[in-house]
Amino acid sequence: MNLQTSESPKTAYPSASVQRYHPVWEITKARLREFLREPEAVFWVYGFPILMTLALGIAFREKGVEQFTVDIHAGPQAEELAQWLNQEPQRFKVQINDPSTYRQRLAENKTALVIIPASPSAESANLSLTFLYDQNRSESALAQQVVDDFLQRQKGRQDPIPTQQENFQQPGGRYIDFLIPGLLGMGLMGGGLWGVGFVTVDMRIRKLLKRFLATPMRRRDFLLALMISRFLFMIPEILILLTFAYFIFNVTIQGNLLLLTISIMIGAMAFAGLGLLVASRAKTIETVSGLMNLVMLPMWVLSGIFFSSDRFPEVAQPLIQALPLTVLNNVLRDIMNQGHTLAEIWPNLLILAAWGIVTFLIALRIFRWE
Amino acid sequence: MEAVRGLNLEVAVGECFGLLGPNGAGKTTTIEILEGLLTPTSGQVSILGMSWLKEPQEIRERIGISLQETKLSEKLTVMETVTLFRSFYRQGISPKEALMQVELMEKANALTGKLSGGQKQRLAVACALVGDPELLFLDEPTTGLDPQSRRQLWEIIRSLRGMGRTVLLTTHYMDEAERLCDRIAIVDHGQVIAEGTPRSLIASIGGEHVIECSLEAPHPEVDHAPLRQLPSVQSVRAEDGHLTLTVHAPHVAIPALLEYLDQHELRLTNLITRHASLEDVFVTLTGRHLRDEGNQAA
Repeated sequence: MNLQTSESPKTAYPSASVQRYHPVWEITKARLREFLREPEAVFWVYGFPILMTLALGIAFREKGVEQFTVDIHAGPQAEELAQWLNQEPQRFKVQINDPSTYRQRLAENKTALVIIPASPSAESANLSLTFLYDQNRSESALAQQVVDDFLQRQKGRQDPIPTQQENFQQPGGRYIDFLIPGLLGMGLMGGGLWGVGFVTVDMRIRKLLKRFLATPMRRRDFLLALMISRFLFMIPEILILLTFAYFIFNVTIQGNLLLLTISIMIGAMAFAGLGLLVASRAKTIETVSGLMNLVMLPMWVLSGIFFSSDRFPEVAQPLIQALPLTVLNNVLRDIMNQGHTLAEIWPNLLILAAWGIVTFLIALRIFRWE
Repeated sequence: MEAVRGLNLEVAVGECFGLLGPNGAGKTTTIEILEGLLTPTSGQVSILGMSWLKEPQEIRERIGISLQETKLSEKLTVMETVTLFRSFYRQGISPKEALMQVELMEKANALTGKLSGGQKQRLAVACALVGDPELLFLDEPTTGLDPQSRRQLWEIIRSLRGMGRTVLLTTHYMDEAERLCDRIAIVDHGQVIAEGTPRSLIASIGGEHVIECSLEAPHPEVDHAPLRQLPSVQSVRAEDGHLTLTVHAPHVAIPALLEYLDQHELRLTNLITRHASLEDVFVTLTGRHLRDEGNQAA
C-alpha cells in the first residue's frame, strides 16, 4: 500500500499564537475541572469518607462505664433482685420478664444476661441463682461476672485481697485513633485506583486517548498529569478527614506533620501507579471495575483498616505485610499514633515507593492507547 | 485482518481530497494509517515528505485530525477543550481564532456536553485546527448531522481550503464529495476503484444525464439490449421494474424510450431525468448502491 502527500511550503497563517501553554498543566487543569463539575464524584471522594468516619466513630466511641442489660425471671425474688441492681442504674439496666420474652431477647442480643432465682423449696431457704447467657458472647460473659460479683458483695462477701483500679489512657490508644489512619489509607487506595483507573478507561472508551495520541502530546506528560491531578484531589480529602477527626473525635497527630505529608504522598503514588496498571489494558468499565475490586477487596479485608492485620494467621502474614495498604496503614499509624520518626519507618516508605514506581513503569510499557 | 490492499493515492498541496465509499470499505483504516494511528503491514506512507517511522513527532506537529467518533470531555467548556489541544502543539493559532474559524465563538463558555451534534463536530474540527496544521484529516465529518449542520460544515471546510490548507476527508455521502472535493478516490472493499475529479468521474460513465423510470406491475423481464441500442443511451440498468439509463441527450433519448415502451405495452408510472452523480458512478462500477451497502456492512 502506498499513500503519499507531497511536501508543502510552510505558509504563513494569520497571527500565529505566541501564548505559551504547558501540556502537563493544561491536562491537570482539565482533570480538576472535570472532577469538580461532577458532584457525585466530589461526594464519593470527600463526603463519603467523612460519613464513614462519623458512623464508625459513633459506633465504636469509648463508653465511660460499660452498661449491661439484665433480664430477671419473673417470680417471687425478682423484685428484690431488681432493687439491688437498680442501686447502680448507670451499670445495670434491669427488666423483669417471663421465660418466653427473655429467651426471645437473648436470641436477639437485646439482653446480655438472664438471672433465674431458684424457686423456693423446703430443702433450701437460702437464695440461689442461675445465670442464663450465651457463654461465647464476650459481653454476656463479662455481664455475668460483673453481676455475680456485685450481688455477692451486696450480700456481704469480703475479698481476701484488697484491690484498686486505675484508668490507663495514652494518646493514640483509642479505637478511633486506630481507625482514622486506616480510613485515611483506605481513602488513598480507593481514590488512587478509581481516580486514575476509572478515568483512564473512560477516556479510552471515548477514544479520547486515541485522539490525544494523534497530537504531538507526549505520553509521559499525560500520565504525569493524571498522577498530579490525583495528588491535588487528595489534599482536601486528607485535610478534611484529619480536621474532622480532630474536632469531632479529638484525634491528634503524635508524629511529624511533614513526615506524615510525605508518607501520604508516597502512598498516593503507590495507588495511582496501581490504578494506572489496573487500567492499562481494560477496554470496558465492567472490566476495570472488576479488576479494581479484585485488587482492593483483599486489602479491605486483610490490610488492617478496621482491625489489626495481626489477627490473621502467622502463615499469611508475609503476604499481608507486603500489600501496599498494609504497609501504608502501618506507616500512618506509626506516625500518627506512635510518633515514630523517619529513622523507624523508612523501610516501609521504600516498599511503598517501590509499589508506585514498579506499577507505573509496567503500566507505561503495556498501556493500551486505543 | 486485512481492510485495505493495493491502495495508491497521491494528495497534492492545497487540494481537498475525498475518500468516498460505503461503510466498511476501508476508508477509516486508510485515513488512520495516514494519521499514524495504525501501522500498515506493507507499503509506504509519506506525509508532507516525511515518514511515520522516522519523524512521527514532527508529522503530528503539522497535521490536524478529527476522528470518526471521539467523545470530548463533556464537563469541559468549548474554550477549555480547544485550549487543552492547543497546549499539545509547539505552535498554532489561538484557541479563540480556531473557534472563530468554525463559528463557535458564541458557544465558547458552553460545556461540550450541551452542544448539538453539528456544534460538537465543529468543535472537533477546531481541535484539529488549533495546531495550525498544513494537512487536515477529517474522518466522516458530517455523518449523522442534519442537512443544515452539514452545509455549515461544508462552508467551514471550503474556507479552510481557501486558506491554503490541504484537506483529506472521508465520506459516504456522494453529494458531499461532489461539492467539496477537488479530487476523489472511490473506495470499495479496501481498494480504489476510481480516482479523479468529480466531473471526470461522472464523465467516465458515458452520459452526464440519467433517466429513471418505473414500470407498472406486472412487468415482464425487460430486455437490456434493445434499450442500449436507443439513440444517445450509454448504459442501462434494470431492477424490479425500475430502469436507469445514462444518456448524453435526454431530449433525444426520452421520445425513443417512450416509443419503445409503448410498442412493448409497458406502462410507465413515473419518469424523471437528472444530472448523473457520483452515486451513478459507484453503481455503474460496483452494481451496488452506496447506501444499501452501508447498511449491510456497518
